[in-house]
Amino acid sequence: MPVKVGILGLQGAVEPHMKALTACGAEPRVVRLPDQIAAVDALIIPGGESTTMGILMERFGVKDALLRHAEQGKPMYGTCAGMILMAKEIEGSDQARLGLMDTRVARNSFGRQVDSFEAAVDVPAVGEEPFRAVFIRAPHVVSGGEGVEVLSVFQERIVLVRQGHLLASAFHPELTDDLRLHRYFLQIVNEL
Amino acid sequence: MTSEKSTWRTKVGLAEMLKGGVIMDVVNAEQAKIAEEAGAVSVMALERVPADIRRDGGVARMSDPKMIKDIMAMVTIPVMAKVRIGHFVEAQILEALGVDFIDESEVLTPADEYFHIDKHAFKVPFVCGCRDLGEALRRIGEGAAMIRTKGEAGSGNVVEAVRHMRSVQSGIRHLQGLRRDEMMTEAKNLGAPYDLLVEVAETGKLPVPNFSAGGVATPADAALMMQLGAETVFVGSGIFKSGDPKERAKAIVSAVMHYDNPSVLAEISEGLGEPMSGLDVRTMPEEERMANRGW
Repeated sequence: MPVKVGILGLQGAVEPHMKALTACGAEPRVVRLPDQIAAVDALIIPGGESTTMGILMERFGVKDALLRHAEQGKPMYGTCAGMILMAKEIEGSDQARLGLMDTRVARNSFGRQVDSFEAAVDVPAVGEEPFRAVFIRAPHVVSGGEGVEVLSVFQERIVLVRQGHLLASAFHPELTDDLRLHRYFLQIVNEL
Repeated sequence: MTSEKSTWRTKVGLAEMLKGGVIMDVVNAEQAKIAEEAGAVSVMALERVPADIRRDGGVARMSDPKMIKDIMAMVTIPVMAKVRIGHFVEAQILEALGVDFIDESEVLTPADEYFHIDKHAFKVPFVCGCRDLGEALRRIGEGAAMIRTKGEAGSGNVVEAVRHMRSVQSGIRHLQGLRRDEMMTEAKNLGAPYDLLVEVAETGKLPVPNFSAGGVATPADAALMMQLGAETVFVGSGIFKSGDPKERAKAIVSAVMHYDNPSVLAEISEGLGEPMSGLDVRTMPEEERMANRGW
């Protein structure tokens, strides 16, 4: 049975994740309402604007459904805005969030849009070959608690973390053709 | 390790991140805050909303950098600002300010009647307006990382937005039906780059995100544009020229997210107060139409 993966469709780069997951053989679908969220095995929070998504989560009971998903031990992967929303602490901000991961993140920590960049980053967990990572107004993890495993560091900033069934990256694997991180996430789903 | 700044992928990537969000025109930091709190994904900083530009007449130019900086300091979402068509120095100034997206816009008075800006020459991404597929592909050829159909800005009337979106979409469907040996003639007729034409025929969509602008005044208008194929909407005068901007802004944001769910749309359309009054585009003199600026 292919894994049913929901991509949270409040706003943001939903379609590139759909493509990547389909290419990995999963069964992706866009989820926007609580009953849709309850029906999936795993969930991706895509890139977009974390402030906007945080506000939209508070409408139509979406936030509670996401918290329940994580409580049930179902895997969740946040890219960029998703990493911010999953963090417990966001530097200098009281914006709405899920607060699922024991992490402290800084927003826009590489600068504004004109400083957005691509670079090869090392992600040993998915192989020796460096990962072509796209950073767009990207955050980074300033610090993580005991259960937080650091999977990649770039320019002395933590850019990929895992805490059990939760995964978060500061960059956008969905904007390249490299499927290794999506496969890694699906592996977490299959482990559980 | 080396990194490469402002690549085509990071430019189009930001446009991807804005999909399904609403970009709102604001004229000061206070409005920017209201927009952000209502769930706007980005704000467009400008001195006057299109409805007022239309009313006041005269030459409309890039906004005062001070006002743009105030707005950038007030919100964490990306900030866009407009430059006149062809005015590449206004664009250099906005890039120096660090705005996140530049709109080379027909809402301002054009500075050049023959040439648009060479947008590949900039680090900051650009969005440009279009009325049909040919115009969209010319702008993408020049380096626009996002396209928006023009509509008729400041009219509060969605009819032109619908016309332009349908024109782009039917243009794409038409291309898909062509044989390969018919493509060059089609490129000549559309006045659009051949390679981009071939790409669109293969993928069935524009190479960059396609948003809708110009005339959206209600949640239903926003959902209409989404169902017609827009990947999100710009709302200019429609919010801050309405009776209750805060509630209307929230409702339009929700409408874009639930554009295909009529029962949710019914719920959020309730009790929003007066929309902006709007103009009949049919009786508007040709020279007053902003959509005719640019080519």
